[in-house]
Amino acid sequence: MTTPSQTVGPFLSIGLPWPDGPTVVPEGTPGAIRIVGTVYDGAGQPVPDALIETWQADPDGHFDHPDDPSGPLRKDFRAFGRCPTEPDGSYWILTLPPGAIPGQAPHIDVSVFARGLLNRVVTRIYLADDPADPVLASVDPARRHTLIAQPTEDGYRFDIRLQGENETVFFDL
Amino acid sequence: MYLRDAPGTHPPLDSPAYKSTALRHPSQRPVLLPQKLTEITGPLLGEGRLGPNDNDLTAHHAGEPQGQRIIVHGRLLDDNGIPVSNSLVEIWQANAGGRYKHVRDRWPSPVDPYFDGVGRTLTDAEGRYTFTTIKPGAYPWQNHDNAWRPAHIHFSVFGRSFTQRLVTQMYFPDDPLFGQDPIFNSVPDPAARARMISSFDMSRTVANWALAYSFDIVLRGRDATPFEEEVDDE
Repeated sequence: MTTPSQTVGPFLSIGLPWPDGPTVVPEGTPGAIRIVGTVYDGAGQPVPDALIETWQADPDGHFDHPDDPSGPLRKDFRAFGRCPTEPDGSYWILTLPPGAIPGQAPHIDVSVFARGLLNRVVTRIYLADDPADPVLASVDPARRHTLIAQPTEDGYRFDIRLQGENETVFFDL
Repeated sequence: MYLRDAPGTHPPLDSPAYKSTALRHPSQRPVLLPQKLTEITGPLLGEGRLGPNDNDLTAHHAGEPQGQRIIVHGRLLDDNGIPVSNSLVEIWQANAGGRYKHVRDRWPSPVDPYFDGVGRTLTDAEGRYTFTTIKPGAYPWQNHDNAWRPAHIHFSVFGRSFTQRLVTQMYFPDDPLFGQDPIFNSVPDPAARARMISSFDMSRTVANWALAYSFDIVLRGRDATPFEEEVDDE
């Protein structure tokens, strides 16, 4: 029988952040995109004690994992990103755009941990809408926009609203 | 494909007794996400993430921290009993007096200059991990009148897949504070709750040195249907 989840609590920032956590690829990598966002609570207030983790395919759609036998991997691409939120609720990740994988549009899986979250919540970042993507298609059209990142000068913005108006779509795995 | 946890294993995100959930739990039902390549893979983080003495939290400074020295050990397994080997385990905790080395922890118990309360290690080939640390103290918080958190160590584990990712808390046996703690009691199934409590382990104590506690962490197991890539032809 599996072990239950518990909250990361208010002091996660002593244990979980890594100095290189947000850089899935090193600074200066050609083609890198910066994904920035803010985590908000149900009152619209920023959440300063959250942690964002990202997991994604490389630009060719490959995963650095034995269960993906699809092909060679990028060097200097960790595929995993981790960033605690700042006092203003903001986070950032520097990465390469994910490639498409069989049957799915390019996406980044996201876990959100925080004080007050007794288990992580899971969402997805899509860099563009794609009506053919089966996961996007399974989401209420009125809420689908919460999964689509907005282009910025050097990347994308992806805000996460845990509750309330424009609440982000979260997934059950 | 990873099997779902049994009902009652994980706390509901809306757990009113734990007040901070009020504005942070999603109010919409989660959408079912089929487990595809992104979900059945996950970060396999290895030696590169470890520093010297990262699994000995008593050895990070020139001096010894205050408190009861303990060994915390166990196995990281999946629900089929298969060990998760070579996998990153991260922990963080309060010091012996229940104080975290964090700027926002201000309750009047002293910081220990010799204790940061942060450790990490990799499981071995059999999924075993070991930390040397200090038994954390209980501490008060503002959730309700005279609220105290039972002593605990935060654990973060990855397993082999995005689906298996887990952050939990390890508790100590027979803690008199369990009854009033809404975080511990947020787990609906009492048997599941008990799986967060470590066992005192006389066999791993070290004479004239340290007491020991044992804590296994069990992650979601794979569907018994074998995957092609698991066939290992030598």
